[in-house]
Amino acid sequence: MIARLLIRDLSQLLPGGQITGARGGSMLPLLFFLAVAMLYPFAVGPDAPLLAKTGGGVIWVAALLASILPLDRLVAPDVEQGVFDQLALRGVSEELVIAVRVLAHWLSFAPLLLLASVIAAALLNLSGDNLQLVLAGLLAGTPGLAAIGVTIAALTAGLRTGAALSGLLLIPLAVPILIFGAGALERQDYGAIALCGAISLVLVAIAPFAGGAAIRAAREG
Amino acid sequence: MQECSLTARELACRRGDRLLFRGLDLSLTPGDALHITGSNGIGKSSLMRILAGLMPAYAGDVVRTGAIGLVDERPALDEHAPLGKALGFWQRIDGAADNEYVRLGLADLLDVPVRYLSTGQRKRAAFARLLGQSAPIWLLDEPLNGLDRDAVVLVERIVAEHCHGGGIAVIASHQAIAVEGGQTLAIEDFAK
Repeated sequence: MIARLLIRDLSQLLPGGQITGARGGSMLPLLFFLAVAMLYPFAVGPDAPLLAKTGGGVIWVAALLASILPLDRLVAPDVEQGVFDQLALRGVSEELVIAVRVLAHWLSFAPLLLLASVIAAALLNLSGDNLQLVLAGLLAGTPGLAAIGVTIAALTAGLRTGAALSGLLLIPLAVPILIFGAGALERQDYGAIALCGAISLVLVAIAPFAGGAAIRAAREG
Repeated sequence: MQECSLTARELACRRGDRLLFRGLDLSLTPGDALHITGSNGIGKSSLMRILAGLMPAYAGDVVRTGAIGLVDERPALDEHAPLGKALGFWQRIDGAADNEYVRLGLADLLDVPVRYLSTGQRKRAAFARLLGQSAPIWLLDEPLNGLDRDAVVLVERIVAEHCHGGGIAVIASHQAIAVEGGQTLAIEDFAK
């Protein structure tokens, strides 16, 4: 069951799946991410030391904002189409569906984001050490971002203004990840990344239950 | 067909601060078909969702034995995927051997993305999903919406076959549907 759900989710979320009829939507957050990394040097000017000092933070902010983009199509289409109802009739719990979706969402944006970060690091004149810290931090932080994203998508699935609201909801919840993930850069400290990973794990553990409860509440309302 | 039954006692349904119906009893055994009639907004769909266990009843209880197959206004198919792939997902979940695409007139549509399908074609697709599920209890909420005359006859035949094979069918529809030996329940009788 988990494999079937995962295959379906990935075929919808992964970019460029022409054969599978996928929406290919996850290219968009990635391009948005690269666009921010590209625009930043233009905006602040070609001051290499300044770029190197602030670049890691820019990558983090860009990653966080990019993760907002796909939220409105993570859960809402399935609620509208009655997919959750049909799965519930077959004894598949909402918690399982949400847990699988967190995994699929992470797989569809995090690996590509890490690759794009290497490109962004070149644009922002980041040193090798800093790039390592950014990559390790993103690796630790993105599961948490995926968990928050899916939970918020489930919470706002039934709302008409869900897309705009979900962005506003994600930002405060993602602040702890940002503080420890990007904070590691300033202090050159892997301890902060460990904390960032711990927050991520807590969020990943909570997400299926929060998201499942949200979908049941929307159904009965 | 596995053993099945569907019993509801003293059901009441409230939406917002309106009591839609109360004191509704029904008891269905294998082979039974029940046509639920009533005007728009009287609570047919709510009753179906209560019977399916997707919505709690305001009062009363429902006892089900056997799996539930539900067809409502949402086909639960991925809009962007071709029909064959969208149905294939449910086929794999249900372990369905045959969805009777040819009989439902879907054989030529399997490559067409679901978003290009008409209302009637989506309804046929929902029936393909239902047939693949092989659930003994069918809850059909407005199953005839958007169907042409031939398809209505086909759905009536499919429901009759299902009941003949020992299944239960509950059909909520404001339209007439001919089901052999079917009982009728008018929600108006239980409206407050």
